[in-house]
Amino acid sequence: MTEKEIVNDLSWKIGGEAGMGILNAGMMFAKIAMRGGLFSIAHAIYPSLIRGGHNHLDVRVNSEKIYSHRKEVNVLVALNKETFDVHKEKLTGGAGVIYDHDEYPIQESELPKKDIQLIPIPLLKLSNQFGGRIMRNTVAIGATIALVDYDLTLFNDILQQTFAKKGEKVVQDNIGAAKAGYDFVKSTLRHSFKYTLKKEHQKNFMLISGNEAISLGAVRAGAKFIAAYPMTPASSIMMTLAKWAQQYGIVVKQTEDEIAAMNMVVGANFAGVRALTATSGGGFSLMVEAFGLAAITEVPLVVVEAQRPGPATGMATQSGQGDLHFVLHAAPDDFPRIVIAPGDIIECYQEAIRAFNLAEKYQLPVVLLTDKYLGESYWSIEEFDTGKVKIDRGKLLTDEQAEQQQNYLRYKLTSDGVSPRAIPGQKNCMHTASSYEHNEEGHEDELEEVRIAMAEKRYKRFEATQKEFSDPELVGDKGAEVTIIGWGSTKSGILEAMKSLKRDKIKVNYLQIKYLSPFPTKKVAEIIKKSKKTALVENNQSGQLGALIKMHTGLSLDHTILKFDGRPFFPHEIYDEIKKIVKR
Amino acid sequence: MEKDIGSGQVPTWCPGCGDYVILGSLKAAITELGLDLHNTVIVSGIGCGSKTPHFIRAYGFEGLHGRTLPVATGIKLSNHELNVIVIGGDGDGYGIGGNHFMHTARRNLNITYIIQNNEVYGLTKGQYSPTSMKGFVSPSTPEGALEEPVNPITLSISAGATFVARSHSMDLGYTKQMIKEGIQHKGFAVIDVFQLCPTYNKIINAQFFRENLYKLGPDHDVTHKVKAFEKGLEHYPKIPYGVFYKEEGKPTYEEGLPQLKEKVLVKQNISAVDISPLLKKFR
Ligand SMILES: Cc1ncc(C[n+]2csc(CCOP(=O)(O)OP(=O)(O)O)c2C)c(N)n1
Ligand code: SF4
Repeated sequence: MTEKEIVNDLSWKIGGEAGMGILNAGMMFAKIAMRGGLFSIAHAIYPSLIRGGHNHLDVRVNSEKIYSHRKEVNVLVALNKETFDVHKEKLTGGAGVIYDHDEYPIQESELPKKDIQLIPIPLLKLSNQFGGRIMRNTVAIGATIALVDYDLTLFNDILQQTFAKKGEKVVQDNIGAAKAGYDFVKSTLRHSFKYTLKKEHQKNFMLISGNEAISLGAVRAGAKFIAAYPMTPASSIMMTLAKWAQQYGIVVKQTEDEIAAMNMVVGANFAGVRALTATSGGGFSLMVEAFGLAAITEVPLVVVEAQRPGPATGMATQSGQGDLHFVLHAAPDDFPRIVIAPGDIIECYQEAIRAFNLAEKYQLPVVLLTDKYLGESYWSIEEFDTGKVKIDRGKLLTDEQAEQQQNYLRYKLTSDGVSPRAIPGQKNCMHTASSYEHNEEGHEDELEEVRIAMAEKRYKRFEATQKEFSDPELVGDKGAEVTIIGWGSTKSGILEAMKSLKRDKIKVNYLQIKYLSPFPTKKVAEIIKKSKKTALVENNQSGQLGALIKMHTGLSLDHTILKFDGRPFFPHEIYDEIKKIVKR
Repeated sequence: MEKDIGSGQVPTWCPGCGDYVILGSLKAAITELGLDLHNTVIVSGIGCGSKTPHFIRAYGFEGLHGRTLPVATGIKLSNHELNVIVIGGDGDGYGIGGNHFMHTARRNLNITYIIQNNEVYGLTKGQYSPTSMKGFVSPSTPEGALEEPVNPITLSISAGATFVARSHSMDLGYTKQMIKEGIQHKGFAVIDVFQLCPTYNKIINAQFFRENLYKLGPDHDVTHKVKAFEKGLEHYPKIPYGVFYKEEGKPTYEEGLPQLKEKVLVKQNISAVDISPLLKKFR
């Protein structure tokens, strides 16, 4: 091959039907890359069904930090013909297609470009020697490793760890299947392949999804009760925590519906336990009334809303950012809520912990707003320090403090609006919390002045929370031609696009708004006013953050880059649009 | 034990409302059982009767209409040493909260659930309720209700409640006794209390109670599920009351959770949870 070799910059895609084990295979390949000291990202797209349909998963590997998946494909593992047909246009020059020629032949004439290599492998035949069809993935990954000239022992270790529980035979079958794929490619490949992987200095990496990072944060923050109803893309939070429940003394309750989940979490928090629920937009719709219940009873509450496109069932397994206004306004009347949108894995972890602290400190509901892309994709990140965390329970009374109370008032009017909080079991502080408007004691009361005092009390706490949040920061170039503004998971696509723009010597910077309520009005206005041109990037149809910015600052943004096809941004989509804006 | 466990708040129910009697019987039951008020939580929903927690000097939670049982479940699982008593109307429990009722019953948490069953929606001014008799004329059913009423007894038994009883609001002493038995029962106890609502239910009145209700005799075998169910089917015109069904020794939901064996959840120390062992799984 004449072309220059590309080392440690690979986009690998595996595709097939649901039920073929695409997700597991992809995760394994991402881990193989990571264990060799490389950065990797795994992002899957799958339809809402259990068998059939088209599933595909991208693994992107690089020796430098990468933020996002991308569109181009350098190695395509096609477990059926459809995978090739759907994705062939994404193949780059010098790319390779691993497929089973015996089962679904692909002709050279079908290739969109000349310099793509077809790599026919008898996947089924080889897998049948080691335990059947289901091993085709393993054979294909073995083949990939040979193709990109990587280290098969990394794969063997992972197979060993993954299947150890199932016994030595299963382990050996898998290792055999991997080797068969590897050997087949090594013995049949006619010339060297353009894309290769080389091990680098071992790093302290872990491969982790946003949902897992939130789960870790919840455990670290001391969450002991999780009630939820399964709904993609939030379900893996409940399942992850269920796995850890015995070890950490956590109760995980799958409920009859989201209404029950939210009300249980309100009950648990009322009883003094840090509790969590997680859902997507449809489930949150059912939780809305109890979300308001938490607000009026001043019970701390943390809910994860992992967005998917709607309305109604929408696109169950796809991604989007269409629920921003919904969570900002959910439930009747005015009341303060904190809304935090983490943009990457580390923020998922840190903000989850922050959410629990803030919920208790200010006794109000906190929403962690994520989406399918962030929640269910995997990034390799350096292991983070889990030691230094402050658990702040605010004005929760100790049993001793409670016992000394005289004429305890649960909703006492205080200067910061936060009242001392007693929980059942504590002496001398018995009170009733009510979903009705109430007085300082907690009893129903509709007198005008009581209503005003309580409504103002609720908002006072909100003002007090402002000091908890750092101002949003601009990252990127000084004197940027374009300031990109976004929230949540678009961070990954934006940062990746910025790398390419930098290569082109285009100066841009990026404002990530992580705290959406309370809104950092002053700072955002200041940044917008100072920027030459602004571009809003959102994964929704109407530009909800843009409207929010307008509402708070009165300022409109110059350009909008919106995507609402249910897929997260590819970096090049942002890059292309910014280029156009710069040219204008 | 304090003598008066009232909160000082005064109920404003209509004169003759059965909720006064049910409140009185609940207070007497708590007092006679010697429950610590600070270890007792009374959870209610929304409705006339759901105001009850405000009148007792225990912990209370007056939540949303129909959502009593999930709140109570969250409280109980967080601190299973608490006495958790739930009280609410028939609309609250069998109507809007019906789904929670069915699922909470089969979980068998150690919770006592009292339903103030006046066969009508009191607080919203007299519409028919899930337990209203067929043909019940109300402002929302001027031609008479078409549905068969919910049968609280057979519903509870089939859903898996392990203590199922009925009382009525003209007998404070017996209602107190039923509530006491319900609280003492280890498991999910349902006590459906026929309640007078002189304002909106003109059919279920004192005369109706006298003519139609009869107490279950000592010959009724409360441990026999099928017979209990059969008794529960006796609905109109003659309605039995008393304990229909009692299943002892069935493990509660809490007992099925090993993580609650050592300590109640709320007493766990959360100041420095070490999650470093979990990180290994991601390497
Ligand atoms: C979600 C919701 N829907 C409707 C209402 C209005 N509402 C309040 S109480 C009630 C019914 C009351 O009947 P019941 O539960 O039998 O209690 P009662 O007043 O008879 O004691 C209704 C429909 C509400 N508070 N919340
Ligand atoms: S309307 Fe009926 S239930 Fe409500 S207070 Fe009056 S009598 Fe009691």
